[in-house]
Amino acid sequence: MSPVFYVLAVFTVAGGLAAVLLKNTVHCALALTVAFAGLALLFLNLDAQFVGFAQILIYIGAVAILVVFAILLTRGTETPPTGVFSHSWFVGLVIAAGVFSVLGWAVLQSARNLPQEPAVPSVTVHDIGVALLGRYVLPLEIVALLLTSATIGAVIVAMHEKGRAQ
Amino acid sequence: MLATPASTLSVPFIVDQVFVLFKDWLVSFLPTSWRPAAGIVLGVIGIVCVYPGLFALTTVFERKGLGRMQNRYGPNRVGPYGFFQPVADGIKSLTKEDIIPFDADAVVHFLAPLTLVVTVFMGFAVLPMGRNMVLVNLDAGLLFFFSMSAATELSVFMAGWSSRNKYSLLGAMRAVAQMISYEVPLLLTTVAVVMIAGSLSLPKIVEAQSGYTGWFPHWYIFTPWGLASFLIFAIAATAETNRSPFDLPEGESEIVAGYHTEYSGFKFALFFLGEYVAMFSISGIGVTLFLGGWSAPLPFLNVVPSWLWFFSKVMLSIFVFIWMRGTLPRLRQDQLMNFAWKFVLPFTLLNLGVTALWRFMGEGWARWVVSSIILAGVYVLMGRVGMFKKHFGPRSYRYAE
Repeated sequence: MSPVFYVLAVFTVAGGLAAVLLKNTVHCALALTVAFAGLALLFLNLDAQFVGFAQILIYIGAVAILVVFAILLTRGTETPPTGVFSHSWFVGLVIAAGVFSVLGWAVLQSARNLPQEPAVPSVTVHDIGVALLGRYVLPLEIVALLLTSATIGAVIVAMHEKGRAQ
Repeated sequence: MLATPASTLSVPFIVDQVFVLFKDWLVSFLPTSWRPAAGIVLGVIGIVCVYPGLFALTTVFERKGLGRMQNRYGPNRVGPYGFFQPVADGIKSLTKEDIIPFDADAVVHFLAPLTLVVTVFMGFAVLPMGRNMVLVNLDAGLLFFFSMSAATELSVFMAGWSSRNKYSLLGAMRAVAQMISYEVPLLLTTVAVVMIAGSLSLPKIVEAQSGYTGWFPHWYIFTPWGLASFLIFAIAATAETNRSPFDLPEGESEIVAGYHTEYSGFKFALFFLGEYVAMFSISGIGVTLFLGGWSAPLPFLNVVPSWLWFFSKVMLSIFVFIWMRGTLPRLRQDQLMNFAWKFVLPFTLLNLGVTALWRFMGEGWARWVVSSIILAGVYVLMGRVGMFKKHFGPRSYRYAE
């Protein structure tokens, strides 16, 4: 664990916490972007260039914009006087802690079971492309189909209803 | 650093590599362990100095050029022929009061121009500006470039939202919607180049275009799919940089100045700088992908240094930007969106198919004929079908006749 990792981890966790705790919804969305950027930098710190840049392109370039648009098109950015916290926040905390502990346990176990890599495997973008269109082509096509159907669904929802409009 | 035999150290070589050699000479004064980091710092200093300098030059050229197109003089008071106008503009923007609206979100309002300028400058890190002149040669350089340009959208939104001004917010919404819509064709045209070049690394893409058949350069714009990609890329790049005819986000007649309405002084200058530098960087990537990057158009012109070719091509495309601004009227919002989603996007997808065909048909003249016929045929067909219901005819004027 290098000092860079700790800096990035603090950055990411702070972004995530701010996204949950800030009062203004747009501030939350911007803080979420900081967390996304921190994650992307963590990927880059692990020499995963493709995933890191794809994270920036998709999460900061598209998902964050989508979140912000959704906030602006639905309701005001001010929080209601009752606050944003649910009454059952404690249950949520317990569930989150449970999920985190299971994931952490699984990650730690897998690190012990895997054979130690002598050197950092060099995965080029070319290798990722070959793997995506070779071994993993079926999952890729299923995801593509899912996204296409989502797009068609969005178009149908947004379509102008000619009959009822008058 | 350069692994070149001594016999190639001719005068053209030294002129071509003058910046690289100068950097190596400067770095050689430092201890060995510092050299890579110092080299990168010097490269960054170069980028941060050259592009704002070009920006200053471009503003005066743009105003003079537009003046000529509109039958007036343009700036002609400061210095000879008004060429010191950018200096005066810079001093003015530095000394003006920096106003933050009372209701504005001060932190986000402050961060927006900074994020814009930083993300815009990041893109230059992977652009090859000459032979051996790339700051970092990333394996996924193209992806890095576009991920940085995607991050600028958020800064535009931040500026528009934090100003607490309806015109700013409307401008930001327009800008973001437009940038998102045109980013899809922009990325898909570059996919065509990646399919042929077989790499996401920009120096490798330039290398793939560096050969000649006789006098004919192997630039991708001189292939049917490359020409179609380049035209779509140019349209999408114009929309992405919010330049005329796609400058709805700044529609002066209806929303004052769009997302930077509430910015003054140096922050406004930063937005201005960011927009122009984004033009340089998108022109640079277009030159790299389709116009052979730093390679010369004819084999014997390789005597001219490679960086001069790169910057000449970039400035030529900036001239085309200015020319279009002086020529075309602004689009309407519905025209903009219809054009993006109903014409540009389907055509780009078809072009991807044609590129795949080109890739697998092998060498020979057959692929030139087939892909040209498909692209031209579909272009004409889509144009005819699109115009069919519009009932275009001679324009009739209600009052002016």
